[in-house]
Amino acid sequence: MTARTEAQEARHTQDGCSRRGAGSHFSRKRHAQDGGAPGRCPAGARRRRRMRVVELGRAAVTKMEAAGMVPVPWAGGRAPGQLCALRAGPGLGLQLDLDLELQAGGGEPLTRTLSPMVTGTSVLGVRFDGGVVVAADTLGSYGSLARFRNISRIMKVNDNTVLGASGDYADFQYLKQVIDQMVIDEELLGDGHNYSPKAIHSWLTRAMYSRRCKMNPLWNTVVIGGFYNGESFLGYVDMLGVAYEAPTLATGYGAYLAQPLMREALEKKPILTKEEAQDLIERCMKILYYRDARSFNRFQIAVVTEKGVEVEEPRSVETNWDIAHLIRGFE
Amino acid sequence: MDVATSPPAPQGGFSFLNCLRNTALEQGLVSQGFQAPKARKTGTTIAGLVCADGVVLGADTRATDDMVVAEKNCLKIHYLAPNIYCCGAGVAADAEATTQLLSSKLELHSLATGRPPRVVTANRFLRQMLFRYQGHIGASLIVAGLDSTGAHLYSVHPHGSSSRLPYNSMGSGAGAAISVLEDRFKPKMELLEAQELVADAIQAGILGDLGSGSSVDLCVITQDGARLLRGYRTPAAPGKRLGRYRYRAGTTAVLSEKVELRSLEVLEEHVQSMDVE
Repeated sequence: MTARTEAQEARHTQDGCSRRGAGSHFSRKRHAQDGGAPGRCPAGARRRRRMRVVELGRAAVTKMEAAGMVPVPWAGGRAPGQLCALRAGPGLGLQLDLDLELQAGGGEPLTRTLSPMVTGTSVLGVRFDGGVVVAADTLGSYGSLARFRNISRIMKVNDNTVLGASGDYADFQYLKQVIDQMVIDEELLGDGHNYSPKAIHSWLTRAMYSRRCKMNPLWNTVVIGGFYNGESFLGYVDMLGVAYEAPTLATGYGAYLAQPLMREALEKKPILTKEEAQDLIERCMKILYYRDARSFNRFQIAVVTEKGVEVEEPRSVETNWDIAHLIRGFE
Repeated sequence: MDVATSPPAPQGGFSFLNCLRNTALEQGLVSQGFQAPKARKTGTTIAGLVCADGVVLGADTRATDDMVVAEKNCLKIHYLAPNIYCCGAGVAADAEATTQLLSSKLELHSLATGRPPRVVTANRFLRQMLFRYQGHIGASLIVAGLDSTGAHLYSVHPHGSSSRLPYNSMGSGAGAAISVLEDRFKPKMELLEAQELVADAIQAGILGDLGSGSSVDLCVITQDGARLLRGYRTPAAPGKRLGRYRYRAGTTAVLSEKVELRSLEVLEEHVQSMDVE
């Protein structure tokens, strides 16, 4: 435990596990007991193993340095605040590697997201007078294969917030797990407060940015919609930690195809009613189905008002293929 | 120049030698930081649709040089024939040169056949030429017009494929424009409604795409002929100055006024005649 900093020690022993720290749920595994005793915890074992790897690595380097065989990328020691391991790289003999899990010759496997596998396409969000609408189709694509045609990409966070995610579906499922636990922990406190949509958005921004800085992002673009204290909220966070709020949002291809339509509608009428917002979303989902090659004609709409969250059953839009009669051949 | 050592004179038409050289340079030197010069693209939104009375074509007016606006009010709707016009996206020079060549060819063809040219002829010529140059001519075109067989619209891609469609959009702002067209297109629209729809589509591209901007140009081709409506709409008009920078007369109080007449004598007169032969 020598490599642990004082701050880490203090945070760990305070109340079993610190829940409020930014990224705390990502940097260590969830602790089963609340207010548990300080000391040995399962997550700590992994950390200690990682520390040992670094010590070994440094010993090996010093030996090689002494033998005068291989030049090291740095002189003296580690860069301040940086944990690292050495591995044999292509080209230049030794390479500085920030990934602790990787060690030359039988180390642990890489556990960062390199590229998304099962992906979801656009998520749309529109603010109206008295709430928000968030919509996403129910398709999980495996590259160009329409693999899972009935998945839900929208989750209900609590009675005043919903979250829709595009990008890697596995990362969304993990995020769902983490947020669900967070909400349970909040309810267990029993103080009458629950997370506002702005709080979820703020936390998620920090968490996603923190992951990006560790070069292990959650490969998602998330739309958070909610209604809290009489105000509608619509926020966007993506895998780089870019975050903003806007009256209309669209991720992925929706930004090119649906966002111009939504902005045009809001320019004509800045404050929409619930029916107008739903109608706008439906028109946009139809156009996305026409023009996005990774979309599907089955989508879910979630409406958040002061009454609560309503995640509707999946449905389809009527598509119009009349123009097919106007086309005959290529000329 | 020594005839024996100089390279053979080109037969005419496009020479692919430089394309091969460029590819070799890119492959060999890109590791050393070589960057081929970028061709100036128009970064465009163009759209067109077929309506009850004819066709309506639309385009924005911004030409970009990477991230700089090279021309604020360029004309992207090119004349091909009195009854056929063409919108061009992609590389500006390629679109311009191709449409000028096509216009000349159509004129000659029309004189040879004794008939007004057809849109399908323009499409066929473009397809064959662009395929021959294997996409090196970076011109994406929407050709539309009204001929003896009716109103037609074709969209031609740089590699030589084309589609005959009732409506289409191309360029970097195509996504924004096509979503507006998909939302509101109906077969056999009225002319005014069609004009407004194409203008809306181009406007969506201007507002949503950074490569498109300035104003909307329209071209309406009907039985009465073609009308080029330059600057049909200006969604991004320069803002009005909020401050007043001119002082109104009377701002400065005049305390006294003195008028002095100056009498000037003519001392010398010199006349020089201009040679206007």
